[in-house]
Order: sequence, then C-alpha cells, then structure tokens
Amino acid sequence: MSGELKESPLQEVHLDLGAKMVGFAGWDMPIRYGSILEEHQAVRESAGAFDISHMGQFLVEGRDAAAWLNGLLTNNVDNLAAGQGHYTFLLNEEGGVIDDLLLYRLREDSFFLVVNASKTADDYAWLKGRREGKVDLEDRSVEMAGIAVQGPRATDVYSRMMGGRTLPPRNEVDDFEVEGQRMLVCRTGYTGEDGFELFCGAGGGAHWFRSSLDDGARACGLGARDTLRLEMCYPLNGSDLSAERTPLEAGLGYFVDLAKGDFVGAKALQSQKAEGLREALTPVRCLETGPPIRPGCVVLDSEGRELGRLSSGTLSPSLGLGIGLAYLPREVSGAGTALGVEVRGRTIPAEVVKKPFYKKG
Amino acid sequence: MNIPDHLRYTQDHEWVRIDGNVATVGITDHAQEELSDVVFVELPSVGRAVGSGDEVGTVESVKAASPIYSPVGGEVIEINTEAESDPSMVNTSPYEDGWIFKVRFEDESDLDDLLDAGGYEDLIS
Repeated sequence: MSGELKESPLQEVHLDLGAKMVGFAGWDMPIRYGSILEEHQAVRESAGAFDISHMGQFLVEGRDAAAWLNGLLTNNVDNLAAGQGHYTFLLNEEGGVIDDLLLYRLREDSFFLVVNASKTADDYAWLKGRREGKVDLEDRSVEMAGIAVQGPRATDVYSRMMGGRTLPPRNEVDDFEVEGQRMLVCRTGYTGEDGFELFCGAGGGAHWFRSSLDDGARACGLGARDTLRLEMCYPLNGSDLSAERTPLEAGLGYFVDLAKGDFVGAKALQSQKAEGLREALTPVRCLETGPPIRPGCVVLDSEGRELGRLSSGTLSPSLGLGIGLAYLPREVSGAGTALGVEVRGRTIPAEVVKKPFYKKG
Repeated sequence: MNIPDHLRYTQDHEWVRIDGNVATVGITDHAQEELSDVVFVELPSVGRAVGSGDEVGTVESVKAASPIYSPVGGEVIEINTEAESDPSMVNTSPYEDGWIFKVRFEDESDLDDLLDAGGYEDLIS
C-alpha cells in the first residue's frame, strides 16, 4: 500500500527529523515530529512550519480568465486587484461544495489557485471540462512545493529567510524570483495566526523548509494543523464541507456573492436562501473535561435526543476542553444552547458557542 | 528504548510488575512514545472483577484511543487517580508515576503468557 502514497518534495527533511508519517489524501505526510500539543503551542506563541506541498496549485491565465473564474467560483473575482487573494468555493450545480480554495490574482489576467490535496484531481477535471474562451489552465501541483509558516513570529522568520524582505499585506501575494526560481508568497494561513504560505519549485522545497526551521520556526505536522484550524472553526473539506452541503449551511455565506451575476450553484443557493436553512454547521464546546471528542461522536440535546454527529472534533490544546463542529437543526444552533456529546457511552455536557473557539488575549 | 529487566510485558505493550500476588500495570515507554501526548486516562473501578485479557480502561492521545487490558484475572484493588488528573505522567514516567492499575490475582498460571524484557524487545524491533 505504501508504494501508492505520493511523496512530498520535503520527504527527506521529515525523515531526518524523525517525523511520524501517515497517509493523507494519497500523500505520505508528517502527522507530528514530537508532541502535537507542543507543536500547536509553538504556532500560537512563536512560529511553526508546515509542509503543504500536498495541496494542489493551478495557474489560470488569459484575457477571459477573470470572467471564466467568476462563473465558477462563489466569491467575486472583480473585487481582487492584482496582488490580492480571497477564500472562495467551487460548487456543483446543486450548490454543494466541490472544494474550498484560495484564489490569488497575480496580474489582471493571471490567477493562482490553491486547492485541497484530497480534491486536486476532481477540481482540475471540473475546471478543464468547463474551459471556454481565452483561458489557459495548468495544474502545477507536481512541480511545486509549499510551506506554511504560522505564528506571531512568522514575519521575523520570513525576514531572516529572505534577507530582510517583508511580507505582503494580509491576504496578498508576492510573485518574485530568488536566484532564478519563481516564488509565490501569500500572507494567508489555516491557523488563525499571522503567517505566510510560500510556494516554489519542488526542487527548492526542502531548502526553504530547512531555512524556516533554521530561522526560528518549529516543524509542525498535520496533527497540530488540525487542532489549530478547528480552534478557529475553519472547515475541513471532506469532514465539515461536502458535495451535499452548501456554503450557506456551513455558515460561510460571507464568501458567496449572489449579487455578482450567475455562477455554477448560484440558483440552488438562491432557492435555499429563500426557503431558509434547515441545518447549520454549529460550534460545540464541552463544558467539562473528559475523553477527547472526535468526528462521529453523537450530539444530543438537553433531553438526550440525538441531533446529529460531529463532523470534526478534538481536544482543544488552548482551552483544555473538547471542541467540535456539527450540522445541527437551526433551532438548536444558537449560542448558549445546552447540548451533550456522547463518547463511549458517557455524555459530556456541552454548549453551542459563537466562532471561533480560540481568541487571542 | 527503555525496557526494564525486572518487569514483564504483554503483546499489547503493557508492563506488569509482580509483587506477591499483586500485579501493577502500565503502558511501556514504546507505547507512550507511539501515542505521544496522553490527554486522558480512563481507569477501571476499584473492586471490579476482571478476567485475563479483559479490556479495563483506555489511554487516549489527541489522535488515538488505546485500550488497556488486564494481563491477569482477579480483582482491581487500586487505581492511579494521579494519572487520571495529570495524564502526561504516562508519557514522562511510564514505569513509575504513570502506573495505571493494580490487580490482586490468584492464578499464577496467568503469568505464563507474559514476555520478559528480551521477549518484549524482540516484539517491538
């Protein structure tokens, strides 16, 4: 089976550092290098570096690229000036989520998309099948490596890595060269901390990752990546997002611009909006310590009736309590609603909270 | 890898210390390293009658829940409530402060299946 897992360009570094490897979305990736709790804390308090080479990277260029993308993605491409990026969704005709992704406008007619590892092939097939007009679409995933450095010290780490260069502003992208190698550096992340996501040629990945570690970041794996993003209530496609759920149900309507004109899935979302949502992705926080809550745990109302199951769940290292997300009926999704989470026959008292679970300061 | 000579071991990566007819049980250094951050320990109740091989509790990390089995049949006479309050002890002191439970047993033949340190070392290599 292991022969079927793709290897990251940073693989040798992970093995050198003694990482515990795990198969994720068809890739052999580090789940942790040491302690997940310590890696999580490093990102919250200092800086952590993650291998994100497994993610998909597409380039879209051409005179019709902006209009074409605007007909396929939920957020409004016209809001992006050159150098700006935003979070957006690729939907099916029913308004369900194929993928959530980051779209960056590099220049007027040039775009960079970062998509989930689990959906790279599906996304590419969907987009390719709908190409029209003057649009060039390239899947650069195999040729590119990616590193995310996240935490309050991420800007320092970058400055040291890049000989004094500063990061672009939040959500913006820098497209430049270092020794003839193209670098795409985005001031974005999946942790709730300041930081950046750097994409370069696969051959340079190991160098830049080691450089980030030498310059003050701690190596962090997928385990910490999950606890960090869940503390922020950021969804994970395949768990909290799926083809059967719309961004509106996921509470992410902010990233959907229904006023911009038609796009795939828009009509379905209009209908859903008109009818009113029946369920909503709801943040659930335990009120007591107990066994860690995990995806699949049943969520109960205050009378002990089943409401749904956690789509994501973990112990929050920052709060010391269980946190999770679940699609629950609208009526019980208001902050303060009393709930229970079932773990191995025991019910842990919990409640609905407003996102995010973790707030600085 | 720390595998004390004076202890016995199970196939499920538990160590057993025999003092007369009392068996003290915990998880090995190898097991705690595999699990990493232990965040929760579920202990059996004192007084519970257990059979050899029965599942009696759980040791949980952020990413995994690992069951604990009784290596002998008998009665649970003591549990480590300190490890319950501070689960990280299982990582920092798996063979001492991180012990999990004690069973008073009667049938010495239950011990026959336990590995010695050499046998456990072979198991994990």
